[in-house]
Amino acid sequence: MSEYTGARGTAWFRALTGNLPPMTGDPRSVLTADASIGDTRARFLCVVPDPQARFPCARHGEVGLEEAYTLATRVREVIDSDQNIVKRPIIAIVDVKSQAYGRREETAAIFLAAAAAADAYGSARLAGHPVIALVVGHAFSGGFLTHGYQANRILAFDDDGVMIHAMHKEAAARITRRSVENLDKLGKTIPPLSYDVRDFAKLGLLHKLLHVENPDHPSETETRKVRDELLAAIEDARRSPWDLRNRLESKEARDTRRATIRTRALLETQWREEPGQTGS
Amino acid sequence: MSAARDDLAFINRQSFIELQARERAKALFDAETARELVGPFDRVESPWLPLQGVTPQSDDGCVVMKGKISGRPAVVVALEGAFQGGSLGEVSGAKLTAALDLARADSERGILTAAVLLLETGGVRLQEANLGLAAIAEIMAAILALRPYAPVISVVAGTVGCFGGMSLAAGLSSYIVMTREARLGLNGPEVIEQESGIDEFDSSDRALIWAIHGGEQRYATGLADALVEDDTQQVGAAIRGLIAKGVPTVHRSSQVAVYRKRIEALDPTRQFDPKELRAQWGAGDSAPDGISAGGVSAGEEERS
Amino acid sequence: MERIEFDYPAKRQVSGRAHVGVVGSGDLEVLLEPTEGNSSHVLIRTSVDGFRETWQAVLDRFFSKYDGAVRIEINDAGATPGSVQLRLQQAVEVSEL
Repeated sequence: MSEYTGARGTAWFRALTGNLPPMTGDPRSVLTADASIGDTRARFLCVVPDPQARFPCARHGEVGLEEAYTLATRVREVIDSDQNIVKRPIIAIVDVKSQAYGRREETAAIFLAAAAAADAYGSARLAGHPVIALVVGHAFSGGFLTHGYQANRILAFDDDGVMIHAMHKEAAARITRRSVENLDKLGKTIPPLSYDVRDFAKLGLLHKLLHVENPDHPSETETRKVRDELLAAIEDARRSPWDLRNRLESKEARDTRRATIRTRALLETQWREEPGQTGS
Repeated sequence: MSAARDDLAFINRQSFIELQARERAKALFDAETARELVGPFDRVESPWLPLQGVTPQSDDGCVVMKGKISGRPAVVVALEGAFQGGSLGEVSGAKLTAALDLARADSERGILTAAVLLLETGGVRLQEANLGLAAIAEIMAAILALRPYAPVISVVAGTVGCFGGMSLAAGLSSYIVMTREARLGLNGPEVIEQESGIDEFDSSDRALIWAIHGGEQRYATGLADALVEDDTQQVGAAIRGLIAKGVPTVHRSSQVAVYRKRIEALDPTRQFDPKELRAQWGAGDSAPDGISAGGVSAGEEERS
Repeated sequence: MERIEFDYPAKRQVSGRAHVGVVGSGDLEVLLEPTEGNSSHVLIRTSVDGFRETWQAVLDRFFSKYDGAVRIEINDAGATPGSVQLRLQQAVEVSEL
């Protein structure tokens, strides 16, 4: 049930764009389309498995070199074309297995490719584009940092098939020398460790947890509902500052991330204590 | 330089790598201008480590210092590689993010404040998983917000190197300074071996590791801006030089068309030869002090 | 993780404080600060349980030579007694600079 298949990304991309064909000229692992949402047009992006991908380590839903630079290209297109007009929303549909783990990738500096995609998304946000991440499946570590985590607002399905985490269970279990069952137990008492998206919601980073009847097969009703939620998130983003402060201001964050809030406050107080500074 | 002066320079060389995070940070500032913020005696620790039987550190492995470099305001954030592998937890992540945010706030008000990040880190601290990952996303956002105003310089000196999510932070920086001992990459050799098999990457092959992730390779392929000896003076000089250079016209991570084309030109049916990559991507002419003009040749230049 | 605390008599006030060391790979962190009164307090947090007597021996030895009134906090992840002694001595030296 929670195994990654990579099918959800394609399913929701089709549903939300009204079955538009993805833009041509890109690797098949990146789907891009401009589709209507409410009164506006948004760019939808999704990373999906491509068993014929050129890079052997990026064939099963991993975000590799080509995926990262393609995302960066398609997002920058929006920034460049919307410079003097209303800033189009950018919607990242997220169902990524992980980053690509390969020697070719490391040699060709995948760290920079990933940074380039994040740069594009983050720059779009700073330029005034509402960037929304919709996590429909998996969102792991480097894959999520590259595609989705720079969004103004993050929405996720409330479902066992949705998992947001820094490392896959098996690898995390191996490295911390615990059993997978043990890890699950630990996640119940320590929210940042949990693989359950409902616990992730306690961290205060999510804008909304969405209940969807069948996340693997979007119905028309559900698709309309998700579109409405995306629209609401877009409007909310447009009314708010372009930074990520909402991830600290939610009710949940004020509880679970109180150490962050305290650290930031103390750092600011001490920063401004400098003699000769004219104060905030 | 005469042979005798070479010897003297060698004797006087002070290893940067052997210094702890706090000493590294302090050494980069103009004399008497550095002060630490949220230091050990403030005892802002990880709330999550004690719950798992792991002893916390009073500064959570992250040192923030503010002061002057070349007479201008700067903040240095140093990750302590000896504590939990320099990994990012909630508090260390918050310190790094807040330091960048405050530098940006000052810069917006006209007090341009450069940021120097000493990255000795494996990425997310697994014991804090999702809060570590979230912090890295926020660090990246903060770098993007600061770098239009003032340079963000990432220094990867070793021995831990810079891996995981923090390699993306390095990738977003205005400039990267590396030593030969240092390594920079998204996934380390053990992780690749684990995920993709020993044929993909034999993590016991040290020569291979440095041929791919090492500072000299990254510099020679135009992915790092300066290659320095493991010497505190040289690291400081490189940083001062880059601060003086100012904000680049186009950041490396924004040069998408250039790098996309380079990837398209590669043949992934076989592994890439690191030496061949130097020829294809190399910076070409570089200044004698090791500070290159960047990895993009005139023909490839991207208009911003 | 174990919390171990000790008290020792002190004969004089001191003024300097010190922070030395790192928690990890055979090292430890020591924070030393002045207190008022005539006793010193030590708080140890260690991830290696069951060595209370070893800690006591090291601290007995340390305080047999040091009589300042201090609060010492030690964060440890399995340093040897030798390393502990070194860091304590170093902390005193730094505090007296």
